[in-house]
Amino acid sequence: MLTKRVIPCLDVKDNRVVKGVSFLNLRDAGDPVELGAQYSQAGADELVFLDITATIRSRKTIVELVERVAENVFIPFTVGGGITTDDEVDLLLRSGAEKVSVNTAAVQNPSMITKAAERFGNQCVVLAIDARRSEKDEGRWQVCIKAGSEPADLDAVEWAAKAEKLGAGEILLTSMDADGTKAGYDVELTAAVADAVNIPVIASGGAGSLDSMVHVLKEGNADAVLAASIFHYGEYTIKDVKDYLAENQIPVRR
Amino acid sequence: MPTKQAPDFHLDILVILVIDYNVGNVKSVCNALSHIGCEVELSSKPERIKKADGIILPGVAAFGYAMSQLGLTAQLIKEAVVAGKFLLGICVGHQLLFEQSSEHGRHKGLGLIRGNVRPLPPQQIVPHMGWNMVTFPSEMELFKGLRDKEYFYFAHSYYAEPSDIDTYVGYTDYGFKLPATVQKGNIFGVQFHPEKSGEVGLKVLRNFERICREVG
Repeated sequence: MLTKRVIPCLDVKDNRVVKGVSFLNLRDAGDPVELGAQYSQAGADELVFLDITATIRSRKTIVELVERVAENVFIPFTVGGGITTDDEVDLLLRSGAEKVSVNTAAVQNPSMITKAAERFGNQCVVLAIDARRSEKDEGRWQVCIKAGSEPADLDAVEWAAKAEKLGAGEILLTSMDADGTKAGYDVELTAAVADAVNIPVIASGGAGSLDSMVHVLKEGNADAVLAASIFHYGEYTIKDVKDYLAENQIPVRR
Repeated sequence: MPTKQAPDFHLDILVILVIDYNVGNVKSVCNALSHIGCEVELSSKPERIKKADGIILPGVAAFGYAMSQLGLTAQLIKEAVVAGKFLLGICVGHQLLFEQSSEHGRHKGLGLIRGNVRPLPPQQIVPHMGWNMVTFPSEMELFKGLRDKEYFYFAHSYYAEPSDIDTYVGYTDYGFKLPATVQKGNIFGVQFHPEKSGEVGLKVLRNFERICREVG
Protein backbone atom coordinates (compact mmCIF):
# COMPACT_ATOMS: atom_id res chain seq x y z
CA MET A 1 0.00 0.00 0.00
CA LEU A 2 1.25 3.47 -0.85
CA THR A 3 1.86 5.91 1.95
CA LYS A 4 0.45 9.40 2.26
CA ARG A 5 3.11 11.99 1.48
CA VAL A 6 4.39 15.04 3.34
CA ILE A 7 5.78 17.65 0.96
CA PRO A 8 7.61 20.86 1.86
CA CYS A 9 7.28 23.59 -0.75
CA LEU A 10 9.93 26.12 -1.72
CA ASP A 11 8.39 29.29 -3.15
CA VAL A 12 11.36 30.88 -4.83
CA LYS A 13 11.95 34.50 -5.79
CA ASP A 14 15.33 36.01 -6.74
CA ASN A 15 17.15 32.82 -5.69
CA ARG A 16 15.62 32.90 -2.20
CA VAL A 17 12.79 30.99 -0.59
CA VAL A 18 9.98 33.34 0.38
CA LYS A 19 6.57 32.94 1.96
CA GLY A 20 3.57 35.23 2.04
CA VAL A 21 -0.02 35.25 3.23
CA SER A 22 -2.74 34.64 0.65
CA PHE A 23 -0.04 35.12 -2.02
CA LEU A 24 0.96 38.61 -0.67
CA ASN A 25 3.46 40.17 1.81
CA LEU A 26 6.44 37.97 1.07
CA ARG A 27 9.17 37.42 3.62
CA ASP A 28 12.49 35.64 3.34
CA ALA A 29 12.68 32.04 4.47
CA GLY A 30 16.13 30.91 3.40
CA ASP A 31 18.37 29.42 0.73
CA PRO A 32 16.65 26.91 -1.59
CA VAL A 33 19.72 24.69 -1.97
CA GLU A 34 20.19 24.42 1.79
CA LEU A 35 16.51 23.98 2.56
CA GLY A 36 16.10 21.35 -0.18
CA ALA A 37 19.02 19.30 1.15
CA GLN A 38 17.72 19.65 4.70
CA TYR A 39 14.21 18.43 3.83
CA SER A 40 15.52 15.54 1.72
CA GLN A 41 17.58 14.39 4.67
CA ALA A 42 14.85 14.97 7.22
CA GLY A 43 12.51 12.45 5.63
CA ALA A 44 10.30 14.59 3.39
CA ASP A 45 8.59 12.41 0.78
CA GLU A 46 8.93 14.88 -2.03
CA LEU A 47 10.00 18.45 -2.67
CA VAL A 48 8.17 21.10 -4.66
CA PHE A 49 10.02 24.12 -6.06
CA LEU A 50 7.87 26.95 -7.41
CA ASP A 51 9.39 29.94 -9.10
CA ILE A 52 6.76 32.44 -8.03
CA THR A 53 8.01 35.07 -10.46
CA ALA A 54 7.14 32.58 -13.24
CA THR A 55 10.30 33.27 -15.18
CA ILE A 56 11.62 29.75 -15.53
CA ARG A 57 11.30 29.82 -19.26
CA SER A 58 13.10 33.08 -19.71
CA ARG A 59 15.84 32.92 -17.12
CA LYS A 60 18.83 30.67 -17.19
CA THR A 61 19.59 31.38 -13.54
CA ILE A 62 16.47 29.54 -12.43
CA VAL A 63 17.48 26.44 -14.37
CA GLU A 64 20.92 26.59 -12.78
CA LEU A 65 19.30 26.91 -9.38
CA VAL A 66 17.10 23.88 -10.08
CA GLU A 67 20.25 21.94 -10.99
CA ARG A 68 21.96 22.95 -7.76
CA VAL A 69 18.92 22.01 -5.67
CA ALA A 70 18.66 18.64 -7.47
CA GLU A 71 22.29 17.81 -6.69
CA ASN A 72 21.37 17.57 -3.03
CA VAL A 73 17.82 16.25 -3.17
CA PHE A 74 17.39 12.48 -3.17
CA ILE A 75 13.62 12.37 -3.13
CA PRO A 76 11.21 13.13 -6.00
CA PHE A 77 11.44 16.75 -7.01
CA THR A 78 8.76 18.83 -8.76
CA VAL A 79 9.47 22.19 -10.39
CA GLY A 80 6.95 24.78 -11.54
CA GLY A 81 6.42 28.43 -12.41
CA GLY A 82 5.79 29.91 -15.81
CA ILE A 83 6.26 26.73 -17.85
CA THR A 84 4.51 26.99 -21.21
CA THR A 85 5.96 24.43 -23.64
CA ASP A 86 7.01 20.79 -23.63
CA ASP A 87 10.55 21.86 -24.52
CA GLU A 88 10.69 23.78 -21.24
CA VAL A 89 9.43 20.66 -19.50
CA ASP A 90 12.26 18.74 -21.15
CA LEU A 91 14.84 21.28 -19.97
CA LEU A 92 13.67 21.02 -16.36
CA LEU A 93 13.55 17.22 -16.39
CA ARG A 94 17.11 17.24 -17.70
CA SER A 95 18.06 19.66 -14.93
CA GLY A 96 17.11 17.09 -12.30
CA ALA A 97 13.35 17.46 -11.77
CA GLU A 98 11.17 14.32 -11.79
CA LYS A 99 7.98 16.22 -12.47
CA VAL A 100 6.92 19.66 -13.55
CA SER A 101 3.86 21.58 -12.48
CA VAL A 102 1.90 23.69 -14.90
CA ASN A 103 -0.74 26.26 -14.06
CA THR A 104 -1.51 29.40 -16.06
CA ALA A 105 -0.29 28.06 -19.40
CA ALA A 106 -2.43 24.93 -19.01
CA VAL A 107 -5.53 27.08 -18.49
CA GLN A 108 -4.72 29.18 -21.52
CA ASN A 109 -3.73 26.21 -23.66
CA PRO A 110 -5.04 22.90 -22.23
CA SER A 111 -3.48 20.84 -25.04
CA MET A 112 -0.05 21.47 -23.55
CA ILE A 113 -0.96 19.00 -20.78
CA THR A 114 -1.53 16.31 -23.39
CA LYS A 115 1.59 17.21 -25.30
CA ALA A 116 3.80 17.02 -22.23
CA ALA A 117 2.11 13.81 -21.01
CA GLU A 118 2.56 12.08 -24.33
CA ARG A 119 6.19 13.05 -24.54
CA PHE A 120 7.28 12.41 -20.94
CA GLY A 121 4.52 10.29 -19.38
CA ASN A 122 1.53 11.31 -17.25
CA GLN A 123 3.54 10.81 -14.06
CA CYS A 124 5.69 13.84 -15.00
CA VAL A 125 2.83 16.29 -15.37
CA VAL A 126 1.36 17.93 -12.29
CA LEU A 127 -1.50 20.35 -12.78
CA ALA A 128 -1.39 23.13 -10.21
CA ILE A 129 -4.73 24.76 -9.48
CA ASP A 130 -5.06 27.94 -7.44
CA ALA A 131 -8.69 28.08 -6.35
CA ARG A 132 -10.78 30.45 -4.33
CA ARG A 133 -14.30 30.21 -3.01
CA SER A 134 -16.81 31.68 -5.38
CA GLU A 135 -18.69 34.66 -3.97
CA LYS A 136 -21.80 34.10 -6.02
CA ASP A 137 -21.99 30.28 -6.10
CA GLU A 138 -21.85 28.67 -2.69
CA GLY A 139 -19.93 25.39 -2.62
CA ARG A 140 -18.02 26.19 -5.80
CA TRP A 141 -14.45 27.31 -6.34
CA GLN A 142 -13.08 29.50 -9.05
CA VAL A 143 -9.73 28.89 -10.74
CA CYS A 144 -7.28 31.80 -10.68
CA ILE A 145 -4.21 32.20 -12.84
CA LYS A 146 -1.04 34.31 -12.92
CA ALA A 147 -0.09 33.55 -9.32
CA GLY A 148 -3.67 34.05 -8.24
CA SER A 149 -3.91 37.57 -9.57
CA GLU A 150 -6.46 36.90 -12.30
CA PRO A 151 -9.70 34.92 -12.14
CA ALA A 152 -10.27 32.45 -14.97
CA ASP A 153 -13.67 31.38 -16.16
CA LEU A 154 -13.27 27.85 -14.79
CA ASP A 155 -14.72 25.79 -11.97
CA ALA A 156 -11.89 24.14 -10.01
CA VAL A 157 -13.56 20.71 -9.73
CA GLU A 158 -14.48 20.58 -13.40
CA TRP A 159 -11.02 21.77 -14.44
CA ALA A 160 -9.34 19.06 -12.37
CA ALA A 161 -11.50 16.36 -13.99
CA LYS A 162 -10.80 17.70 -17.44
CA ALA A 163 -7.06 17.88 -16.78
CA GLU A 164 -7.03 14.23 -15.77
CA LYS A 165 -8.57 13.31 -19.12
CA LEU A 166 -5.99 15.47 -20.89
CA GLY A 167 -3.17 13.53 -19.24
CA ALA A 168 -2.29 15.20 -15.93
CA GLY A 169 -0.82 12.68 -13.48
CA GLU A 170 -1.45 14.61 -10.31
CA ILE A 171 -3.26 17.70 -9.02
CA LEU A 172 -1.56 20.24 -6.76
CA LEU A 173 -4.51 22.04 -5.28
CA THR A 174 -3.98 25.31 -3.46
CA SER A 175 -6.72 27.07 -1.60
CA MET A 176 -6.04 30.76 -2.03
CA ASP A 177 -8.38 31.62 0.81
CA ALA A 178 -6.36 29.48 3.21
CA ASP A 179 -2.83 29.99 1.84
CA GLY A 180 -0.37 31.20 4.45
CA THR A 181 -3.12 31.74 7.03
CA LYS A 182 -2.37 28.56 8.99
CA ALA A 183 -6.13 28.32 9.51
CA GLY A 184 -6.21 24.77 8.14
CA TYR A 185 -6.57 23.29 4.66
CA ASP A 186 -9.81 23.76 2.75
CA VAL A 187 -11.13 20.25 3.37
CA GLU A 188 -14.33 20.80 1.44
CA LEU A 189 -12.49 21.95 -1.69
CA THR A 190 -9.96 19.12 -1.45
CA ALA A 191 -12.67 16.48 -1.04
CA ALA A 192 -14.66 17.88 -3.96
CA VAL A 193 -11.63 17.67 -6.26
CA ALA A 194 -10.33 14.33 -4.93
CA ASP A 195 -13.74 12.73 -5.43
CA ALA A 196 -13.91 13.99 -9.02
CA VAL A 197 -10.57 12.48 -10.15
CA ASN A 198 -8.66 9.19 -10.01
CA ILE A 199 -5.23 10.75 -9.77
CA PRO A 200 -3.50 11.85 -6.56
CA VAL A 201 -4.42 15.22 -5.08
CA ILE A 202 -1.90 17.22 -3.07
CA ALA A 203 -3.62 19.53 -0.60
CA SER A 204 -1.98 22.92 -0.26
CA GLY A 205 -2.66 26.22 1.44
CA GLY A 206 -3.42 26.75 5.10
CA ALA A 207 -1.26 24.14 6.81
CA GLY A 208 -1.19 25.18 10.44
CA SER A 209 -2.00 22.55 12.98
CA LEU A 210 -1.15 18.88 12.75
CA ASP A 211 -4.86 18.17 13.14
CA SER A 212 -5.60 20.07 9.94
CA MET A 213 -3.27 17.68 8.11
CA VAL A 214 -5.00 14.63 9.53
CA HIS A 215 -8.31 16.19 8.62
CA VAL A 216 -7.48 16.90 4.97
CA LEU A 217 -5.90 13.45 4.47
CA LYS A 218 -8.85 11.64 6.04
CA GLU A 219 -11.95 13.71 5.27
CA GLY A 220 -10.48 15.58 2.32
CA ASN A 221 -9.25 12.35 0.67
CA ALA A 222 -5.95 14.01 -0.17
CA ASP A 223 -2.96 11.80 -1.03
CA ALA A 224 -0.42 14.29 0.17
CA VAL A 225 -0.10 17.44 2.25
CA LEU A 226 2.05 20.31 1.14
CA ALA A 227 3.27 22.98 3.53
CA ALA A 228 5.76 25.81 3.54
CA SER A 229 5.76 28.22 6.50
CA ILE A 230 5.40 25.66 9.27
CA PHE A 231 8.51 23.86 8.05
CA HIS A 232 10.61 26.86 7.01
CA TYR A 233 10.11 28.65 10.31
CA GLY A 234 10.65 25.50 12.33
CA GLU A 235 7.25 25.21 13.97
CA TYR A 236 7.13 21.54 13.11
CA THR A 237 9.68 19.17 11.67
CA ILE A 238 8.85 16.57 9.03
CA LYS A 239 9.24 13.99 11.78
CA ASP A 240 6.71 15.76 14.05
CA VAL A 241 4.17 15.65 11.23
CA LYS A 242 4.80 12.01 10.35
CA ASP A 243 4.71 10.85 13.95
CA TYR A 244 1.40 12.60 14.43
CA LEU A 245 -0.09 11.21 11.21
CA ALA A 246 1.05 7.69 12.19
CA GLU A 247 -0.56 8.10 15.62
CA ASN A 248 -3.75 8.86 13.74
CA GLN A 249 -3.56 5.65 11.70
CA ILE A 250 -2.41 7.34 8.51
CA PRO A 251 0.22 5.27 6.66
CA VAL A 252 3.44 7.26 6.30
CA ARG A 253 7.04 6.45 5.49
CA ARG A 254 9.21 6.62 8.61
CA MET B 1 31.17 17.05 -11.21
CA PRO B 2 28.94 14.03 -11.62
CA THR B 3 30.15 13.01 -15.05
CA LYS B 4 33.88 13.41 -14.66
CA GLN B 5 36.09 11.25 -16.88
CA ALA B 6 38.37 9.27 -14.58
CA PRO B 7 41.91 9.40 -15.90
CA ASP B 8 43.45 5.98 -16.47
CA PHE B 9 46.25 6.41 -13.93
CA HIS B 10 43.68 6.57 -11.12
CA LEU B 11 43.46 2.80 -11.00
CA ASP B 12 43.09 2.70 -7.23
CA ILE B 13 39.84 4.68 -7.34
CA LEU B 14 36.68 2.67 -7.64
CA VAL B 15 34.74 3.68 -10.70
CA ILE B 16 31.02 3.17 -11.05
CA LEU B 17 30.02 3.48 -14.66
CA VAL B 18 26.51 4.69 -15.40
CA ILE B 19 25.46 3.58 -18.86
CA ASP B 20 24.72 6.62 -21.00
CA TYR B 21 22.06 5.71 -23.54
CA ASN B 22 19.73 8.63 -23.98
CA VAL B 23 17.01 7.73 -21.47
CA GLY B 24 15.72 9.94 -18.66
CA ASN B 25 16.85 10.02 -15.06
CA VAL B 26 20.58 9.50 -15.68
CA LYS B 27 21.44 12.74 -13.94
CA SER B 28 19.65 11.89 -10.68
CA VAL B 29 21.57 8.62 -10.47
CA CYS B 30 24.89 10.43 -11.02
CA ASN B 31 24.00 13.08 -8.42
CA ALA B 32 23.26 10.41 -5.82
CA LEU B 33 26.46 8.47 -6.54
CA SER B 34 28.57 11.64 -6.35
CA HIS B 35 26.88 12.52 -3.08
CA ILE B 36 27.97 9.23 -1.48
CA GLY B 37 31.53 9.80 -2.67
CA CYS B 38 31.71 7.52 -5.72
CA GLU B 39 33.78 8.27 -8.74
CA VAL B 40 31.04 8.31 -11.36
CA GLU B 41 31.48 8.06 -15.07
CA LEU B 42 28.72 8.45 -17.60
CA SER B 43 29.60 6.54 -20.76
CA SER B 44 28.74 3.66 -23.03
CA LYS B 45 32.16 3.31 -24.63
CA PRO B 46 33.46 -0.28 -24.78
CA GLU B 47 36.81 0.53 -23.17
CA ARG B 48 35.12 2.35 -20.29
CA ILE B 49 32.74 -0.53 -19.66
CA LYS B 50 35.75 -2.87 -19.53
CA LYS B 51 37.54 -0.58 -17.04
CA ALA B 52 34.61 0.00 -14.71
CA ASP B 53 34.42 -1.68 -11.31
CA GLY B 54 30.65 -1.70 -11.32
CA ILE B 55 27.97 -0.86 -13.85
CA ILE B 56 24.62 0.82 -13.31
CA LEU B 57 21.95 0.57 -15.97
CA PRO B 58 19.43 3.34 -15.23
CA GLY B 59 16.38 4.22 -17.26
CA VAL B 60 13.11 6.04 -17.37
CA ALA B 61 11.64 5.11 -20.76
CA ALA B 62 9.54 2.50 -22.48
CA PHE B 63 11.17 -0.95 -22.63
CA GLY B 64 11.41 -1.22 -26.43
CA TYR B 65 12.79 2.29 -26.78
CA ALA B 66 15.34 1.70 -24.02
CA MET B 67 16.49 -1.58 -25.60
CA SER B 68 16.86 0.03 -29.02
CA GLN B 69 18.82 2.95 -27.53
CA LEU B 70 21.10 0.46 -25.82
CA GLY B 71 21.97 -1.05 -29.21
CA LEU B 72 25.40 -2.68 -29.33
CA THR B 73 26.07 -1.72 -25.70
CA ALA B 74 23.76 -4.61 -24.72
CA GLN B 75 26.37 -7.15 -25.79
CA LEU B 76 29.14 -5.29 -23.93
CA ILE B 77 27.09 -5.32 -20.73
CA LYS B 78 26.46 -9.05 -21.08
CA GLU B 79 30.16 -9.73 -21.59
CA ALA B 80 31.06 -7.59 -18.57
CA VAL B 81 28.63 -9.55 -16.40
CA VAL B 82 29.98 -12.89 -17.61
CA ALA B 83 33.45 -11.58 -16.75
CA GLY B 84 32.21 -11.12 -13.17
CA LYS B 85 31.48 -7.39 -13.03
CA PHE B 86 28.65 -6.23 -10.81
CA LEU B 87 25.61 -4.80 -12.53
CA LEU B 88 22.71 -2.87 -11.00
CA GLY B 89 19.60 -2.21 -13.08
CA ILE B 90 17.26 0.56 -11.93
CA CYS B 91 13.57 0.87 -12.99
CA VAL B 92 13.50 0.13 -16.73
CA GLY B 93 17.17 -0.83 -16.39
CA HIS B 94 15.97 -3.51 -13.96
CA GLN B 95 13.34 -4.71 -16.42
CA LEU B 96 15.92 -4.92 -19.23
CA LEU B 97 17.76 -7.63 -17.24
CA PHE B 98 14.94 -10.07 -18.09
CA GLU B 99 14.09 -12.08 -21.21
CA GLN B 100 11.27 -10.09 -22.74
CA SER B 101 8.59 -7.45 -22.23
CA SER B 102 5.09 -6.98 -23.58
CA GLU B 103 5.18 -3.18 -23.33
CA HIS B 104 3.93 -1.80 -26.69
CA GLY B 105 4.56 -5.05 -28.59
CA ARG B 106 7.07 -7.81 -27.87
CA HIS B 107 10.63 -6.84 -27.10
CA LYS B 108 13.62 -8.93 -26.16
CA GLY B 109 15.64 -7.89 -23.13
CA LEU B 110 19.19 -8.73 -22.08
CA GLY B 111 18.06 -12.15 -20.87
CA LEU B 112 20.46 -12.15 -17.92
CA ILE B 113 17.71 -13.29 -15.56
CA ARG B 114 14.89 -15.62 -16.56
CA GLY B 115 11.45 -14.08 -16.49
CA ASN B 116 9.20 -11.64 -18.29
CA VAL B 117 8.07 -8.04 -17.95
CA ARG B 118 4.32 -7.48 -17.92
CA PRO B 119 1.79 -4.72 -17.20
CA LEU B 120 0.55 -4.05 -13.68
CA PRO B 121 -2.94 -5.49 -13.15
CA PRO B 122 -5.62 -2.98 -14.17
CA GLN B 123 -7.45 -3.24 -10.83
CA GLN B 124 -4.74 -1.03 -9.36
CA ILE B 125 -4.06 2.60 -10.13
CA VAL B 126 -1.41 2.66 -12.87
CA PRO B 127 1.30 3.94 -12.74
CA HIS B 128 2.26 2.59 -9.34
CA MET B 129 3.73 5.81 -8.07
CA GLY B 130 4.83 6.71 -4.58
CA TRP B 131 6.45 5.22 -1.51
CA ASN B 132 5.82 1.56 -0.87
CA MET B 133 7.28 -0.91 1.61
CA VAL B 134 9.69 -3.52 0.33
CA THR B 135 10.52 -6.72 2.21
CA PHE B 136 13.57 -8.71 1.21
CA PRO B 137 15.35 -11.89 2.23
CA SER B 138 18.31 -11.24 4.54
CA GLU B 139 20.67 -12.80 1.98
CA MET B 140 20.22 -9.88 -0.41
CA GLU B 141 23.47 -7.95 -0.17
CA LEU B 142 22.06 -4.67 -1.46
CA PHE B 143 19.98 -4.30 1.70
CA LYS B 144 22.63 -5.10 4.31
CA GLY B 145 22.41 -2.89 7.34
CA LEU B 146 18.80 -1.88 6.64
CA ARG B 147 15.68 -2.91 8.50
CA ASP B 148 14.04 -6.06 7.07
CA LYS B 149 11.47 -3.84 5.41
CA GLU B 150 11.96 -0.32 4.12
CA TYR B 151 10.10 2.24 2.06
CA PHE B 152 11.25 3.00 -1.46
CA TYR B 153 9.99 5.31 -4.19
CA PHE B 154 8.31 3.67 -7.19
CA ALA B 155 7.11 5.08 -10.53
CA HIS B 156 6.26 2.41 -13.12
CA SER B 157 3.48 0.75 -15.11
CA TYR B 158 5.18 -2.59 -15.93
CA TYR B 159 6.99 -5.04 -13.67
CA ALA B 160 9.34 -7.99 -14.02
CA GLU B 161 8.34 -11.45 -12.81
CA PRO B 162 11.50 -13.51 -12.19
CA SER B 163 11.23 -17.25 -12.91
CA ASP B 164 14.77 -18.37 -12.06
CA ILE B 165 15.03 -20.61 -9.01
CA ASP B 166 18.48 -19.36 -8.13
CA THR B 167 17.47 -15.73 -7.62
CA TYR B 168 16.67 -13.79 -4.49
CA VAL B 169 13.55 -11.67 -4.80
CA GLY B 170 12.20 -8.87 -2.59
CA TYR B 171 8.57 -7.83 -2.78
CA THR B 172 6.18 -4.97 -2.22
CA ASP B 173 2.42 -5.10 -1.83
CA TYR B 174 0.36 -3.38 -4.49
CA GLY B 175 -2.84 -5.39 -4.32
CA PHE B 176 -0.64 -8.39 -5.15
CA LYS B 177 2.87 -9.56 -4.33
CA LEU B 178 4.84 -7.33 -6.69
CA PRO B 179 8.49 -8.30 -7.24
CA ALA B 180 10.46 -5.16 -6.41
CA THR B 181 14.07 -6.28 -6.38
CA VAL B 182 16.11 -9.22 -7.59
CA GLN B 183 19.61 -10.63 -7.18
CA LYS B 184 21.19 -13.37 -9.21
CA GLY B 185 24.89 -13.75 -8.50
CA ASN B 186 26.59 -10.52 -9.56
CA ILE B 187 23.42 -9.10 -11.13
CA PHE B 188 21.12 -6.83 -9.12
CA GLY B 189 17.88 -5.17 -10.09
CA VAL B 190 15.57 -2.70 -8.35
CA GLN B 191 12.23 -1.63 -9.77
CA PHE B 192 12.16 1.36 -7.41
CA HIS B 193 14.45 4.40 -7.54
CA PRO B 194 17.17 4.21 -4.88
CA GLU B 195 18.47 7.59 -6.04
CA LYS B 196 15.10 9.10 -5.10
CA SER B 197 14.38 7.07 -1.98
CA GLY B 198 16.00 9.37 0.56
CA GLU B 199 18.63 8.20 3.03
CA VAL B 200 17.62 4.54 2.75
CA GLY B 201 18.02 4.66 -1.02
CA LEU B 202 21.48 6.18 -0.66
CA LYS B 203 22.37 3.28 1.66
CA VAL B 204 21.41 0.83 -1.10
CA LEU B 205 23.75 2.63 -3.50
CA ARG B 206 26.49 2.63 -0.86
CA ASN B 207 25.99 -1.12 -0.49
CA PHE B 208 26.36 -1.55 -4.23
CA GLU B 209 29.58 0.45 -4.13
CA ARG B 210 30.85 -1.69 -1.23
CA ILE B 211 30.01 -4.91 -3.10
CA CYS B 212 31.96 -3.70 -6.13
CA ARG B 213 34.87 -2.57 -3.94
CA GLU B 214 35.16 -5.81 -1.94
CA VAL B 215 35.53 -7.86 -5.08
CA GLY B 216 37.39 -5.33 -7.20
